[in-house]
Amino acid sequence: MADDMTGGVPVATVARVGVTLTVNGADYRLDLDSRVTLLDALRDRLGMTGTKKGCDQGACGACTVMVDGKRVLSCLTLAAQCEGKDVTTIEGLAADGVLHAMQEAFVRHDAFQCGYCTSGQIMSAVCLLAEGRAGSDDAIRQFMSGNLCRCGAYGNIVAAIREVRDAGGHDA
Amino acid sequence: MDFLRPLTWAEALEMKAERPDATPIQGGTDVMVEINLDKGRPTALLDLAAVAELAEWTRDNGTVRLGAGVSYTRLIAELAGDLPGLAQASRTVGSPQIRNRGTVAGNLGAASPAGDSHPPLLATGAEVEAESVRGSRMIAITDFYRGVKRNALEPDELIRAVRIPVATGPQYFSKIGTRNAMVIAVSSFAIAFDGRRVGTGIGSAAPTPRRAPEAEAFLESALDWSGPLDADVARRFGELVRDAAAPIDDVRGTRDYRLHSLAVMARRTLTWAWEDHLRCA
Repeated sequence: MADDMTGGVPVATVARVGVTLTVNGADYRLDLDSRVTLLDALRDRLGMTGTKKGCDQGACGACTVMVDGKRVLSCLTLAAQCEGKDVTTIEGLAADGVLHAMQEAFVRHDAFQCGYCTSGQIMSAVCLLAEGRAGSDDAIRQFMSGNLCRCGAYGNIVAAIREVRDAGGHDA
Repeated sequence: MDFLRPLTWAEALEMKAERPDATPIQGGTDVMVEINLDKGRPTALLDLAAVAELAEWTRDNGTVRLGAGVSYTRLIAELAGDLPGLAQASRTVGSPQIRNRGTVAGNLGAASPAGDSHPPLLATGAEVEAESVRGSRMIAITDFYRGVKRNALEPDELIRAVRIPVATGPQYFSKIGTRNAMVIAVSSFAIAFDGRRVGTGIGSAAPTPRRAPEAEAFLESALDWSGPLDADVARRFGELVRDAAAPIDDVRGTRDYRLHSLAVMARRTLTWAWEDHLRCA
């Protein structure tokens, strides 16, 4: 597990920190190495592997989640800074086994190939609609620019977002 | 690594006095890259995100006091009219996700020569409000940058706010990168008119962000403020901006390209600013 990896640093210098994370509405009490990112806490401690680690340096967007309703990069967010915050991940979008409109649109429009960037794309897309940034295809492209897709599904991603926008569904 | 969580500004200052080795962290978009890539191993982090005072900005006597915790997203949404140059630069920072957490004060704390906030802060003559348990002081932006990733803060000091004059004339920012989003600048430039005074800021083309004082003085004396922009004046301005830089070859670009692009950006931003100037005159 990530929080057990001391990376060669003497263990005595690695402080632990107690954090309560609220993820998709449920509270989790964790005892973490103070350096653990929200991304590693989600994946390695809570087993929520829907959020992906692409670059770990804020350059790809695969790890996008919402913190207090805003999209952020979980790889650049320290878990210890999320005490008392509401975290929403891709696992929290579907309700009662019914996919979120954006998830359905991504499937319908084939808006992915390998799928690795997809969780981040969908989280960003849901936020983009809530931010009112989907007025045109250009606006969608600009405000989705924080999410890279190496397979090149951009055209279909824009089409999926456009469809959800036109259907008026943007409840995150 | 110790994790320090002050809840008030007074508490933050006390903790920084006790632990001058602690690295302040706000949005984390810069500090976390260093930690994840193991470029630095802070002995302690001082988390300022819960200090509510920092998340506010105020306007007073023609100056915006931008709290150290105000995100780029909020700056763009709330201050684009007052601080057009800085807002323009903010729109080029990282991505929407990064702008939701990153701050101008974080850019100053990191003091990377490539930080996008620096050129407009230099062009507008901003001041950094630094504070410690010993008291508060204003640092002129031209005195703030001390070397690659080094700034003028004392070990016990924190950035409380940045004070930026409200724009009285056109301001523009330009940045060269390998794509439109999520890039660190190869080179960048900002221009600001304040009456008939011209401010400049050069980014990513010297050990620190810097002004181009000779280019400013030249423009102030050579401009015909009532007429169209003289192409020779614009070209000479670009050359003087280029001559003020001292770039290196590195992974993002070559010295020669940085010099060339600065001359082009200086000429272009001046042209945009001049169009605004004539429209408003």
